[in-house]
Amino acid sequence: MRIDSREQFETLREEIRAAEAGNGNRILVCCGTGCLANGARKVAEAFAEQVGKRNLDAQVKLMVKNTGCHGFCERGPLVVLQPSGVLYTRVRVSNVAQILEKTVENGEIIPRLLYKNPADDIAIEQYSEIPFYKNQTRVAMRNIGRIDPTAVHDAIGAGCYTGMTRALFDMTPEQVLDEIETSGLRGRGGAGFGTARKWRSCRKAEGDRKFVLCNGDEGDPGAFKDRSIMEGDPHSILEGMVIGAHAVGAHEGFIYVRDEYPLAVVNLTLALTQARYLGLLGENILGSGFDFDIRISRGGGAFVCGESSALMLSLAGKVGEPRAKYVHSTEKGLFDLPTVLNNVETWADVGAIAANGGDWFAGMGTNKSKGTKAFSLVGKVKNTGLIELPMGTTLRHIIYDIGGGVLDDRPFKAVQTGGPSGGCIPEQLLDLPVDYEKLTEAGSMMGSGGMIVMDDRTCMVDVARYFLKFLTEESCGKCTPCREGLKQMLAIFDRMVEGKGVPGDLPLIERLAAGMQVGSLCELGKSAPNPVISTLRYFRDEYVAHIEDHVCTAGVCKELTAYRINPENCDGCAACAKACPVDAIAGERHSLHIIDHDTCISCGACMGVCPTDSVETFPKNELMKEVV
Amino acid sequence: MPTLTINGKKVQAREGAYVLEAARQAGAEIPTLCHFEGLEPWGGCRLCQVQITKNGWDGWKKMVVGCMFPVEEGLIVLTDTDEVRETRRVVLDLLLARCPETPLIQAMAKKYGIERTSYVPNPEPTDCILCSLCTRVCDHIEVSAISTADRGAGKEIAPPFHEPPEACIGCLACAEICPTDFIPFKTSHVSRSIWGKEFEMLRCQDCGRAHITKAQAEHHAAHRAETTGVSEEWFRYCDSCKRKRQAARFPGVPQLA
Repeated sequence: MRIDSREQFETLREEIRAAEAGNGNRILVCCGTGCLANGARKVAEAFAEQVGKRNLDAQVKLMVKNTGCHGFCERGPLVVLQPSGVLYTRVRVSNVAQILEKTVENGEIIPRLLYKNPADDIAIEQYSEIPFYKNQTRVAMRNIGRIDPTAVHDAIGAGCYTGMTRALFDMTPEQVLDEIETSGLRGRGGAGFGTARKWRSCRKAEGDRKFVLCNGDEGDPGAFKDRSIMEGDPHSILEGMVIGAHAVGAHEGFIYVRDEYPLAVVNLTLALTQARYLGLLGENILGSGFDFDIRISRGGGAFVCGESSALMLSLAGKVGEPRAKYVHSTEKGLFDLPTVLNNVETWADVGAIAANGGDWFAGMGTNKSKGTKAFSLVGKVKNTGLIELPMGTTLRHIIYDIGGGVLDDRPFKAVQTGGPSGGCIPEQLLDLPVDYEKLTEAGSMMGSGGMIVMDDRTCMVDVARYFLKFLTEESCGKCTPCREGLKQMLAIFDRMVEGKGVPGDLPLIERLAAGMQVGSLCELGKSAPNPVISTLRYFRDEYVAHIEDHVCTAGVCKELTAYRINPENCDGCAACAKACPVDAIAGERHSLHIIDHDTCISCGACMGVCPTDSVETFPKNELMKEVV
Repeated sequence: MPTLTINGKKVQAREGAYVLEAARQAGAEIPTLCHFEGLEPWGGCRLCQVQITKNGWDGWKKMVVGCMFPVEEGLIVLTDTDEVRETRRVVLDLLLARCPETPLIQAMAKKYGIERTSYVPNPEPTDCILCSLCTRVCDHIEVSAISTADRGAGKEIAPPFHEPPEACIGCLACAEICPTDFIPFKTSHVSRSIWGKEFEMLRCQDCGRAHITKAQAEHHAAHRAETTGVSEEWFRYCDSCKRKRQAARFPGVPQLA
């Protein structure tokens, strides 16, 4: 059925909403990638099957929805019961019958499936009362977890395409641009370029053929917000792109999505088909007279193809390498024609802004960074997952109130933000309000919204080396400073972590980093030294210890670290001896165990399994002193 | 024609030119490795860095590559400041580590005061600086037999799958444009080989010298004859014999021996 007018669309939306309201019980099973990996598909199937068997459908109009990612991936598979709002975590197929019998039919709570707040160990019933969710404000992720991403009527019922109708029927392109400008929206891909400014420049650019692109090539280690939006709410992206196309005067669009996101590709493809079928996309959208269609282009997974000019070349079938952007892509982009490229999250924000107004969006956030921002909170933190917060929220609030604090209550050391192009922020800056400017001032960046929390057992030299290694493999190799510079920088770090650093290494690193920042071709190369520069800025003493004393203070770098068992705590359980892959630990059961340093390979397996925390690290060079 | 100030000197630049061209015109010495006048600028070697500023920028300067930054009215260009020299020095230092035995790189580095690289010299020295001139000239003549392969530190110039490239016509444009003579080839009166592919030579019908591969003449006839207006006949004679034949058409002019 094609929708031919705004009135028809609005009638349909209200019908869907009325049907939803009358439909009392719903079971939402998260089917995001994280939960699927934990067996969510089987749980959803079991619910569907047993609801049918129990003939509950007739009694309570029960509906099982496979939703997108709820963000709380660590606790998956997640099941939310509506209207009660009860959240069950780590649900197995074997729990399904019990949930239906006790909770759905009789309203009884099953305590052991509830989420327990790690702070006080008290179980929380309500989804909305869990600190992880309670403290969030979701705009870009507004529908994720609430709707079935494969059902377009669900998306429409949740409000999708409402902003688009407003933009197409009530607003001229100029008015859309004004609304976006009022909202203060800036690019969510990380650089934070003003969205309205970008669109305006494309609208002004000469030429009849223009493009609107969506960058779904999220490639930072630890980041997965764009994936969740593409998987969980693809229609909000399409809606945003139609609005953007209307504003700049484009009729063709592409979504560039990495092929490593198979579920995103499937859900987006389905969404495009549905939207075209309903007349929400394609020729004469909703009878407005505006034509716009979108195609999907699957990327091969090169990190550099997330960079705008490389993405456009890759889209055009060429080698994905950046080019100098002295002429903006809003004038000469895809196929050398005017092009607007925005990140997945930006497009998802656009629909909400068009529906609720720019002032509403600008009412959240800080002076220069408006609205909300999605982050992937990972690393050594109790609650990992996907979060969205108003700009200006402090790191402390994010890590301690939403994240629940550092895992095992170990001391906090740093948080790495912005992916490989970002930097590490130390404890003394925990009260930093997170926005574009403040993160940049602190030597990091917003980037893809990745946030990796690190505890005291993290070696900052090793962290910087990790990102360097990633970037060395992912540099496209077009320009000399990035290709050769990263290789040489990594070589310096390799020798540092092996205890072979030389006194001239620090000045050499600093000089090379500065040269790469100025000399590289694209932003990836220019920002590649960031992890090095920020760790040097806040943790210089660790670098000095590695180079001058050949000591890794965190006890991470294998070549510099030895392990020993503290005789006071060891209760002789032999767990360490069992875990040791090279049989380096000797000792009778119930008596002290000892590590043979000649055999030990410093893998740390013993430390991981010791129930009494008796295994400790010490600098390897102390072994030499003992011998002497 | 836009007027620029280059190192304090006013210069009128060609409309649509890039800063490098204008600066060289003004007598500035700017090193380049990946630049070639007949090809589109590419901006990969990063040696032609210059600083630009404008009146009203409050003394703020921006580092750009000269080969790709379009000239514009009132632009102020500085090609030899400490910052510019330092950036070029970092690049040359890195290139010297990659190509420790390449005379061209050694000489360029020396000009910037680098005798020995500060980094770990390549244990397998190469002469390839990855300037991509070879692949770009190959694309330019619409053959595209070679390209860059892989990425990052493992990047190299190679034919597809490292096999003798089907598309190659043995024209040697890649080898001739290579600033470090890295691309090996063999050519004789009978045959030519490059990229692992053997070519049959055409001989000049006047002097008998082998002057072009059969594949190149055929490629030209098939793909370029229309645009260039050059017939197959053109390849029957070598360049010097063609010149003699042309000269013979002007009576009274002393003939070449």
